[in-house]
Amino acid sequence: MKGRAIVLPENIDTDIIIPTQYMTLPTVRRMCSYAFSPLRPELAATVRRGDILVAGKNFGCGSSREQAPEIIRELGFACVIAESFARIFYRNALTNGLLVLEVPGIAAGVKEGDIITVDMEYNKILTPDGGRYGFAAIPDRLAAMLEAGGLVNYYKKLNRAAS
Amino acid sequence: MKHTLSQKILIRHTEERGLQSGDIVETAVDRVMIHDFFTPFCFGKFNEMGFSRVWDPDKIVLVYDHLVPTSFISDSRHHKIGDEFARAHGITHVHRADGVCHQLMPEHGYVKSGDIVLGTDSHTVTYGALGALATGIGYTEMAAVLGTGKIWLKAAPTIRLEIDGELPRGVYAKDVILCVMQRLGADGSSYKVLEFGGSCVRDMSQDQRFTLSNMSVEAGAKAGLIEPDEKTLDYLRERCDGANIDGLKSDEGAAYDRVVEINARDLKPLAACPYNVDNVKPVEDLEGVQIDQVFLGSCTNGRLEDLKVAAEIIGGKKIHPDVRFIVVPASRSIYMQAVRLGYIQALAEAGAIINHPSCGLCAGRSNGILTNGERIVSTNNRNFLGRMGDDRVEIYLASPATAAAAALAGKITSPLTYL
Repeated sequence: MKGRAIVLPENIDTDIIIPTQYMTLPTVRRMCSYAFSPLRPELAATVRRGDILVAGKNFGCGSSREQAPEIIRELGFACVIAESFARIFYRNALTNGLLVLEVPGIAAGVKEGDIITVDMEYNKILTPDGGRYGFAAIPDRLAAMLEAGGLVNYYKKLNRAAS
Repeated sequence: MKHTLSQKILIRHTEERGLQSGDIVETAVDRVMIHDFFTPFCFGKFNEMGFSRVWDPDKIVLVYDHLVPTSFISDSRHHKIGDEFARAHGITHVHRADGVCHQLMPEHGYVKSGDIVLGTDSHTVTYGALGALATGIGYTEMAAVLGTGKIWLKAAPTIRLEIDGELPRGVYAKDVILCVMQRLGADGSSYKVLEFGGSCVRDMSQDQRFTLSNMSVEAGAKAGLIEPDEKTLDYLRERCDGANIDGLKSDEGAAYDRVVEINARDLKPLAACPYNVDNVKPVEDLEGVQIDQVFLGSCTNGRLEDLKVAAEIIGGKKIHPDVRFIVVPASRSIYMQAVRLGYIQALAEAGAIINHPSCGLCAGRSNGILTNGERIVSTNNRNFLGRMGDDRVEIYLASPATAAAAALAGKITSPLTYL
């Protein structure tokens, strides 16, 4: 997978990803235009399908709002690569079939606009200046859920089979 | 094999006697809570997944608190969808205007020591103060739990906080947890459990313990546990049947990820400065910072003791004429007690705005939202960009005493000025 990097700093909290005042909009699609507005109000309109979000440590900290990963997926980001993730966000991302990769050292190695390559076979990120960054494989249980397209699809199949 | 408290709770639920840190286990769940922000999403996903009935209506609690009273026309949709789901599935534990979910769950006896409890809100960790393994999850995972009564959890390593000694005058549980934020950082307990112990924690009231556990998620913690004791039992016996704390403590010699020691005697009043919870400074270094508003409330510090401290500082005085002082008791029951004890009268006579129990300003969409250039001293748990209105409102998180002192002075000042 290859994509254009959009780079954010550390401690991106879920209030930045989607501020509370937009949380009663009826759909995630409608919330998308306000994504990251406290920090980068122009960002939502400039994301292209297949872009890759790169960030520092503790991405997605704060509230449990699941609209955060849903919006990132809906905006068209192919994945989020960060130094580390907050745990509720990490779970919510995989639940929604959004690929999230913890990659130590990545924040300093990528500039906004860089075209970076994610090699899922060898668990490596390649940057334009020749940088190579390894990451741990995703646990099988989570990989299976990603494969199924998220938790909703997983249970849809299960419940359909049972009925 | 020796285990920490959080591991023991997992073992009781799974019979995995050899459980180790990092193991992923599927576990039964004792109680779940869904709040109004997420009712449309959670119940929508439940239906989409193809479930026809919930696993156990008695174990499900719905709380309307983030959108109470409604501020926008679209808010009522969340309550309507909640009500329809509750009716369809025979869920009777529905709180429509009783207060903040994390106060109601313990207060109404929905949580016991040793339970595994999940909520759609990150501050579900609050119930760790009763010795329950409680954590926040997303609404899709909650939808699956509603259908199955089960979830997978990873046995996390534990950071032990050993907090000893007596708190100095003017220093409270809020200052202790702000010190913890300063020491650990906003991701210092990511994927880990915090365990609070030591003589200072044992001496704390149940109200104060809730403040500690509540903010453990601000360091990224999965749970914030306190070993239950006689005080916990007294609290629980008034509220539910079958409370039992036997064996609910970490084994002597259990392996901790690390142990952090804090000497309570050395603590001072602290505040978390904009825009991160770990940007913590002593209040004395912030002396004189002008403020526009004060908020006393939330699941962190909207309890009876918090109102009492503020009423004692403010009683008989007038708040600063340039300051709006907003008070929101965390539950209806706290509100009524505070009325009987005269706290509400003292605060209202001093010039406070008293609002009905709810998340209020901490949910950031009603009841006192601010504009850029304004500053607030608040007793809640988060001071992120855009948390209380415009994107550059400056939020200083502090104890109820420091908040009350700021309301009188119109600026940040040590609570010791008024104690």
